[in-house]
Amino acid sequence: MEWLRAWMLPPQGSEFAKEIDFVYMGIFWLSVVLFFGIVIPMSYFAWRYRFVPGRVTPHQTHNTTLEVLWSVLPLLLCVGLFFWGLVGYLKYIVAPGEAMEIQVTAQKWQWAFEYPDGTRSLNEVHVPVNKPVRFVMTSVDVLHDFYVPDMRVKMDVIPNRYTQIWFTPTVTGEKVSTCAEYCGKGHSDMRAKVFVDTQADYDKWMATGGTEYTQYPPEEWGKIQWERKGCQTCHNIDGTRSKGPSWKGIFGKMEKLNNGSTVLVDENYLRESMLQPNAKVVDGFEAIMPTFQGLLRQNEMDGLIAFIKSLQ
Amino acid sequence: MEHTLTSAHTGEHPRPEKNYLNETTGIWSWMSTLDHKRIGVMYLVGILTAFMIGGTFALLVRLALLNPQHTLFGKVWVTAEMYNRFFTLHGVVMVFLFIIPSIPGSLTNVILPLMLGAKDVAFPRLNLMSFYLWVVGAIMGVTSMIVGAVDTGWTFYTPYSTSTDGTVSLMVMAAFVLGFSSILTGLNFIATVHKLRAPGMGWFDMPLFVWGMYSTAVIQILATPVLAITLVLLAIERSFGIGIFDARLGGDPVLFQHFFWFYSHPAVYIMILPGMAIISELIPTFCRKTMFGYRAIAYSSVSLALVSFIVWGHHMFVAGQSQLANVVFSALTFLVAIPSGVKVFNWLSTMYKGNISFETPMVYALSFLFLFAIGGLTGIFFATLSVDIHLTDTYFVVAHFHYVMMGSTVIAFFGGLHYWWPKITGRMYNEFWGRLGAVLVFIGFNMTFGSQFIMGSQGMPRRYFNYLDQFQPIHAFSTYGSWVLGVAFLITAINLLASLKTGALAPPNPWGGTTMEWMTDSPPIMHNFHDQPVLEREPYDYRPKRVTHV
Repeated sequence: MEWLRAWMLPPQGSEFAKEIDFVYMGIFWLSVVLFFGIVIPMSYFAWRYRFVPGRVTPHQTHNTTLEVLWSVLPLLLCVGLFFWGLVGYLKYIVAPGEAMEIQVTAQKWQWAFEYPDGTRSLNEVHVPVNKPVRFVMTSVDVLHDFYVPDMRVKMDVIPNRYTQIWFTPTVTGEKVSTCAEYCGKGHSDMRAKVFVDTQADYDKWMATGGTEYTQYPPEEWGKIQWERKGCQTCHNIDGTRSKGPSWKGIFGKMEKLNNGSTVLVDENYLRESMLQPNAKVVDGFEAIMPTFQGLLRQNEMDGLIAFIKSLQ
Repeated sequence: MEHTLTSAHTGEHPRPEKNYLNETTGIWSWMSTLDHKRIGVMYLVGILTAFMIGGTFALLVRLALLNPQHTLFGKVWVTAEMYNRFFTLHGVVMVFLFIIPSIPGSLTNVILPLMLGAKDVAFPRLNLMSFYLWVVGAIMGVTSMIVGAVDTGWTFYTPYSTSTDGTVSLMVMAAFVLGFSSILTGLNFIATVHKLRAPGMGWFDMPLFVWGMYSTAVIQILATPVLAITLVLLAIERSFGIGIFDARLGGDPVLFQHFFWFYSHPAVYIMILPGMAIISELIPTFCRKTMFGYRAIAYSSVSLALVSFIVWGHHMFVAGQSQLANVVFSALTFLVAIPSGVKVFNWLSTMYKGNISFETPMVYALSFLFLFAIGGLTGIFFATLSVDIHLTDTYFVVAHFHYVMMGSTVIAFFGGLHYWWPKITGRMYNEFWGRLGAVLVFIGFNMTFGSQFIMGSQGMPRRYFNYLDQFQPIHAFSTYGSWVLGVAFLITAINLLASLKTGALAPPNPWGGTTMEWMTDSPPIMHNFHDQPVLEREPYDYRPKRVTHV
């Protein structure tokens, strides 16, 4: 029945996922049995006792044995299921002491990750395979929810409070984490890539996270940042309006601001707009962009500016 | 079928010329009426209009998800902002304007006093006031949609709801007013059941529909004030910036969820208990057999009402409430399974050795059993803590609660509507089109929501405008299902409306029912009964008639 599990549930990225799936499939089969236990008698009675004019039905008011039985047996079943669920839940809430800690800061509509050594990344997190990792999460605006389907873990991210989840990934590769608590316009685009790396790849990423740019010309590197840092959630590059202005043809233009003044879109305006996005907001748009202060390396910012220049 | 009637008066009158529909005429005679039947009919018109509006938003939500590019005939037609408003308005309209007032306001208003052999509800003026509160709430809700729309989801979770633009305060106050309408209805029914039962009718001689509605009323008056308080606090926070739920102002967003679900979980039973109450009438009538386990069903309604107050935390297993609370709420939630199971087993046993015919209401009742079984069983996944972690906030939840709210309550409502249609309007609807509508609703419903279980368990979160391409085929299938549903409801509406003109005149008791509403004319006269009916036999007694005084 592995095909059925694989059809209904995402790939299993951890041992925990396998345990959850086992419980899920257990309840699934129990439900199938109970469902047919209801529907088959229903269909049979409907056919067997179909209407015959004048037939008198027996006056059966109750049957105490039967009624006690179908109250007590489900109760016992439920007690069993409760403990089955509890066992998995206790594992979910207690992270191993040696787990690596990653700080997660959520805001509309991006995920920022910070490693113990201060390395930061945006909408992308790398974890080493077979090592427990604990995410300590908070939000700076509304509720969000960090959900990694492959790991079967999910937890709300709340302002003014820390929540946590943990998992031990066992399968390398790229997974996705999604926001599972409604947070407005960009809710469904609020995704982060979760890379489960071999220890060697992980070490390499941590060490050379800032040197990947040497492989690309600046415009192309800028385009990669546009995708990775979540710029594309709000800024189109084909001239169509989104939550923010389109980047096509914007460089060198005089833009009208919402305070009535105008500004020339040059390198310094673009830089300011990334670091203090709400200082000068283009007329007709809301001041909803989060700051990228500390989230963009110099080469990434250079790349973005080069990319915007190239969109003429 | 005359042998099922227990009143000496039944059927002996020629159909009177004057009944509650034509006793007085003119708009004002309706607007100022104190007659429970007329108020029920006005409610019926109102909530069916709300159902149409909410249904339109539902179709728009499904259409927006037809393909991941959100195109229609090659053009992008919907944005994330629009989508968020669609699903919010769908939820708000369906919950507050349709499903909560639906069965209590319309069918129960007409039928409950008849079932008790009463002339009216205990407080007829209060009844009219509760209808007008509904109208005021509906106007406020529709106004807030027109002037600004709301994008918070029907749950109004803070701090999103306190920080987003739009007319959230107006919408929230609409829900506040609608809450009072619901409280007054509940109060009225409780007083009616206590004080206005026919001579000889003890508590265990009441039809099970009355037991179900009594339990519902208890929840309405105990839980709804908490919603009112919560919504006022929310409006105060939005308007005056007083920090109650907003973390930036020193409030606690999770507190809102506790308050909200303390009402809204019991509200789930305000929605489903009336559905179960209707099914408990349909099954014995169309099986022509006494209800198996009458007392068990009556008690299970009351116990569901009580249990509903202590399980709200299961909506919040990943919301940041204490872990101990999660464990306790998980254990308590399993309790819901017992009375629900008891009802299902009793309904099935009633069918055993029955004499079963399949008029439209019975088709809906069988459909209910099928869908409620799925809705109930998929609830187990959420009560089980570890599995809930994966499934909560996904389409699995969407599918689950639609199987309960729509697959069960709405299906039961339409079953009840067809069942009592002859009593309310005095006309028989067309049986073929009625059945066809019922079957198409069943098919369309399973297409629309059955598929969503799979998306959910595969990890597709709810309230998503953009989705990964892998979900496209299932999303499209679900949307096609919504079209089948739309057609099915259209057929049903046309059939019912057409019957008003062309339907055969309804006899007093077209289905051979045993409860008191069938002991008077269809439609009933203004004062319901020609003489005070007296209970002579217990309800659902289908034994051949003994010789009674005539």
